[in-house]
Amino acid sequence: MSKEILMPALSPTMTEGNLTKWLVKKGQKVKAGDVIAEIETDKATMEVEAVDEGYVSELLFKEGDINIPVSKPIAIISQNIEKNQIKDKGKSINKKNTTSNFDENSQNKDLSHKKENLEDKDNPITASSNTITMRQAIRDTIAEEMRKNKDIFIMGEEVAEYQGAYKVTQGLLEEFGHKRVIDTPISEQGFTGLAIGSAFKGLRPIVEFMTFNFSMQAIDQIINSAAKTLYMSGGQINCPIVFRGPNGAASQVAAQHSQDFSSWYSHCPGLKVLAPSTPYNAKGLLRSAIKDNNPVIFLENEILYGLKGQLSKDNDFLIPIGTANIEKEGKDTTIVTYSIMLQKSLEAVKILEREFDLNVEVIDLQSLRPIDQGTIIESIKKTNRMVIVEESWPFASIGSEIVNIIQKEAFDYMDSPIIKVNSADVPMPYSSSLEKLYLPQVDDIVKAVKAVNYIT
Amino acid sequence: MLKIRRFEERAAQLYGMGHIGGFCHLYIGQEAVVVGVLMTIKKNDSVVTTYRDHGHMIARGLDPKRIMAELTGRENGYSSGKGGSMHMFSKENNFYGGHGIVGAQVPIGTGIAFTHKYKRDNNICRTYIGDGAMNNGQVFESFNLASLWKLPVLYIIENNKYGMGTSVDRAAAGTDLYKRGEAFGIKGDKIDGMNVFSVIKAADKAGKYVRSGKGPYILEVQTYRYRGHSMSDPAQYRTKKELELYKNQDPIEIAKNQMLKNNLFSEKELDNLNKKIIEEIKVAAEFALESNYPKNEELYTNVYV
Ligand SMILES: Cc1ncc(C[n+]2csc(CCOP(=O)(O)OP(=O)(O)O)c2C)c(N)n1
Ligand SMILES: [Mg+2]
Repeated sequence: MSKEILMPALSPTMTEGNLTKWLVKKGQKVKAGDVIAEIETDKATMEVEAVDEGYVSELLFKEGDINIPVSKPIAIISQNIEKNQIKDKGKSINKKNTTSNFDENSQNKDLSHKKENLEDKDNPITASSNTITMRQAIRDTIAEEMRKNKDIFIMGEEVAEYQGAYKVTQGLLEEFGHKRVIDTPISEQGFTGLAIGSAFKGLRPIVEFMTFNFSMQAIDQIINSAAKTLYMSGGQINCPIVFRGPNGAASQVAAQHSQDFSSWYSHCPGLKVLAPSTPYNAKGLLRSAIKDNNPVIFLENEILYGLKGQLSKDNDFLIPIGTANIEKEGKDTTIVTYSIMLQKSLEAVKILEREFDLNVEVIDLQSLRPIDQGTIIESIKKTNRMVIVEESWPFASIGSEIVNIIQKEAFDYMDSPIIKVNSADVPMPYSSSLEKLYLPQVDDIVKAVKAVNYIT
Repeated sequence: MLKIRRFEERAAQLYGMGHIGGFCHLYIGQEAVVVGVLMTIKKNDSVVTTYRDHGHMIARGLDPKRIMAELTGRENGYSSGKGGSMHMFSKENNFYGGHGIVGAQVPIGTGIAFTHKYKRDNNICRTYIGDGAMNNGQVFESFNLASLWKLPVLYIIENNKYGMGTSVDRAAAGTDLYKRGEAFGIKGDKIDGMNVFSVIKAADKAGKYVRSGKGPYILEVQTYRYRGHSMSDPAQYRTKKELELYKNQDPIEIAKNQMLKNNLFSEKELDNLNKKIIEEIKVAAEFALESNYPKNEELYTNVYV
């Protein structure tokens, strides 16, 4: 009897891995728990252990092979050495698929939605060769600004020695040292308040929340201290601080770790709230955030960290806070969206153009507070129809506020009611099947755009 | 202990195969803590713990089949596939989770103890806390409340030396974590968590103290996790040597040797036990994978009662 060892999934968002090292040879005996290989995941280099006892009868990939899909066999362990050596002779191993995309058959169904559409080859954002990831864009911007201004420091859980729980702060400790790249205990309320105090007294902190879910431990300090003190002090004390980290759903991390805080923070006067969707706007917006003299909430997205994109030639470019980006011009309908839902919206737009001949305009908000009312209003004046796509819960979302803006400022320009596409109005379920139902899908966006155009 | 170990090994395997998703925190290496403490528990006592909860449930006598079904997101899991590895509950067995937010379980456990006192039912609540969580403010608010109101809560600090990649000495000013109750007048002990018999002894004494109405008690149990923090952590912040050191004091081996020495079991009986457990876990995994995913309409249930 022989058993395949499959490329293991070793992180919630991993869809493929690189084989960096074999620690066993063909024919070698292994027992459960022996390390057989080293695999590089989207986050780290991990050891893979044998689960069963047996002999290594085949190594199906070479050291250095990259982009091996999760669940693809990488080795064969057999119980009986002689029998398998006989079998060996006649067997040729197909290595052609090493760098190809998912093999439909071996790809586990549960994983198929994880990076949905983000690696699409037709997508101009991911296709170019001279590109960097969103993770790098954020990291570089922090480093560049820290070089320019010694009052900037970064703190949070695992930002220094571990190089960031999501590797966003990789290399910062080495360059800037422990004084400016600071690991904290798991004391969100304490270190957030401390950072706010340091900003009152003149420093410019960047606080990383391991994820924004944990900012809830500190939300009192963010709102009651950071956002309100300028007002309460009659303009004396400002708070130049950036709160950043991944926001929203990752993959199957369930209710307490999958929440979108866009509308929570955007509700509060005194805060500015940004939500980048590409490496380009992540860089331009983060630079503006760090230079801003007010508290800024910078909502990243874990699934987008690996998204590649091109930057501006001018490395020091800024995207002003409060400006939306018309990602794609169109005349039939406006989609307003932000963060990860931009990618899904663009996917839907392709289908709508191909199958329904609809020319859709896509606005990426980028900045949630202040919000770029002008761009949104001008767009609906042109298209007369609007769909708003966001990952957040539907009740009192950013989209709800946009609907309010439109009915007030462009009432006479609407040809159909606005439709909001949101996550389900429930806590995030764990099960992969329910998670997919919970999150807005491309198909939901297509349906909504058809509906505002009365296409059945 | 063996059942927890074999369960976790199988969970790691199913994670690698993509059957378990999200975060998955294994208990391998720490088995003696929960087994030792739960040897002293009464049926109607309550338990509340963190996301590293599979072992806690097994030790509480819950069904590995349904735990594995939850890990794989199936409808007959303990949380009907909605909670996953980090958020499992069994009210019937007084197991109040499975909490994903570090520190949040501490006031919750204190509140469950408040109910025990309120109802005068003579039960106590065991509340587990990670070493990393010991730096979260709500822990100290809980200590103060519990001591002020003499609540029947036994706090068990599972000191596995690291909170994710941060060692205790890099996170805590004063590494004797059990002493943090002193300012609130809470008594505490530090004990060897690799030896299940020392855990039983200490937990028995502490449990009796709490049940007698004298208020809370803190046990700091020294242990170690052999795997990374979660499945995606390569654990490069510690040396192989350190890991080996703890693997050489494996709680299962220690218990086994002690039982053999005292003629409680024969080698053969223990081998058979292991085989039986392997089979049980295999059946649990099969049960989970054959179970159905929750029905689509379940997405909208349980938001309100
Ligand atoms: C409030 C909060 N902050 C951060 C996290 C992320 N996180 C999850 S587990 C963990 C480490 C906890 O360490 P410890 O309390 O020692 O427990 P262990 O994992 O060692 O069992 C961190 C930082 C979280 N879940 N909740
Ligand atoms: Mg710990």
